[in-house]
Amino acid sequence: MKLRLAQIAHARSGDKADRADIGLFAYDAAGYEVLKREVTAERVAAHFAWLADGPVERYPLDNLLAIKFVLHRALQGGAARSLRSDNLGKTIAAALLRMEIDQ
Amino acid sequence: MQTVRIGAGLGFYGDSWRPIRASIERGEVRYIGSDHLAELTLAILQKDRTRDPSAGFTRDLIPMLSALWPLAQPRGVKFVLNAGGLNPLCARDALVATFKARGWHARIAAITGDSVTHRIDELRAAGQSLAHLDTGDDITSVRERLVFANAYLGARPIADALAQGADIVLTGRVADAALFLGPLVHEFGWSWDDWQRLARGLTVGHLLECSGQGSGGNFGAADRWAEFPDLGHIGYPIAEVSADGNAVITKAPGTGGRIDFDTVRQQLLYEVHNPHRYYSPDVVLDMGTLRLTDLGGDRVRVEGASGLPRPDTLKIVAGYEDGWMGSTVVGYCWPDAYRKAQAAVALVERSLAEHGEAVEEICIEYLGLDAFLGPHADLSQRDALNEVWLRMAIRTRDKRVADGFGRHFPWLALSGPPYMSGFHGITPGSQLFGIWPALVARDLVEPGIEISLVEVA
Repeated sequence: MKLRLAQIAHARSGDKADRADIGLFAYDAAGYEVLKREVTAERVAAHFAWLADGPVERYPLDNLLAIKFVLHRALQGGAARSLRSDNLGKTIAAALLRMEIDQ
Repeated sequence: MQTVRIGAGLGFYGDSWRPIRASIERGEVRYIGSDHLAELTLAILQKDRTRDPSAGFTRDLIPMLSALWPLAQPRGVKFVLNAGGLNPLCARDALVATFKARGWHARIAAITGDSVTHRIDELRAAGQSLAHLDTGDDITSVRERLVFANAYLGARPIADALAQGADIVLTGRVADAALFLGPLVHEFGWSWDDWQRLARGLTVGHLLECSGQGSGGNFGAADRWAEFPDLGHIGYPIAEVSADGNAVITKAPGTGGRIDFDTVRQQLLYEVHNPHRYYSPDVVLDMGTLRLTDLGGDRVRVEGASGLPRPDTLKIVAGYEDGWMGSTVVGYCWPDAYRKAQAAVALVERSLAEHGEAVEEICIEYLGLDAFLGPHADLSQRDALNEVWLRMAIRTRDKRVADGFGRHFPWLALSGPPYMSGFHGITPGSQLFGIWPALVARDLVEPGIEISLVEVA
């Protein structure tokens, strides 16, 4: 059965130079296991291929039931030279929560 | 040993200082740390300073402290603010003049030495490549277009200024969390190589440096954001810090927002890259050992962060001029709203081409449809939408092309697809800035740090 990440997780994104970063947080331990299994760096890179053409770093944090993602070359060179309405990448977390995975 | 209570100030230039009143009046804070400088804020301040050599600090400083100092002074609350921007000395002088005019007493310190804007060649001659931290590119490619270059200083000059008796410390560029770590080191007398306590103090600073985002604001989730009470009177986060550096995050009684496991951990990882190596000038923080305990009642215990020795380098962020953006928004009403907006795009692109405008890139967004979510937007209603807002933005090296971009739109009102409205006039182009992160040996910067204290009697 398909599941949207927003059903089991919350997320916030930010920017530093040309990198966008996303913290993805499971609501509970079971959800965290699903995130760890399904939300791989490769999958996140594919999800954001339209936006970021650099590598994706991934850091699971068992103590916080969270995974940190860092997307390189994701902001058109940086917030102050981006043409996008969302030049700061504030909504990138929401786009990640739209991802559909297997439960 | 007793705890020290320290509260969040602003999270960016333009943020609200109203919630700080509650932290001072009811939150029993001893310090407020206030972050006014995002990565590119210094580019804005450089424009101010070009027009007026005594400007270049954030203009919210004077009204903010004019409103808050009468509350803070009788309670002994001190402020640490990076509102000095590019010009901490002139910020200090402006504040001194304001306080004198009102007959207020304070000891106000300014910290300088972060700017390396005029030292690029000297630093390179000293063996610093200043290569771009992400791309490795040589800085000579942007050397002539640099607008500012500043090193992120650490907490030490802030602690030193407080030790000299400062009530208000004004800095330029410092690590955001240092605005909080400085007062904690001053209060507890932590050693500058006590990596564990410094790491815990840095954690506190990181949780407080984004104002309401640490207490339920901008909580990124479906549904739950709406559960947090009274965001209109949000309480900015306050930390009760123990001598070992562990802390409880809370907020002033009677304020809105929420402090719980979820809101604290969202802020904890915000704009952190490798959570096991969170670099600051004073310590490298490892969040892997950190524990958060939700105590209920808007209280979360934060403990167990680990620290590693500080780096031998400081981070520089420089900004350089990188062309211009022209942008325009127009709306189309049903019927065929989306199709008409698409037709307008084609007409404007053609107009740009026929006028021979030197455009490097065009960004096309259908606001309300897919501007944020891109291919992850639900487009099933696209052809039946009530209205569609089209935003077009261009990148160009020519300021005149950016300024004139809006002139490609008005004719559409009478000669293009029907039911266009909401065109709000032609706005001037905005300058774009590239960002240049680099590393520099700290012993080439730190000897130039100066603390200058003035007493307003």
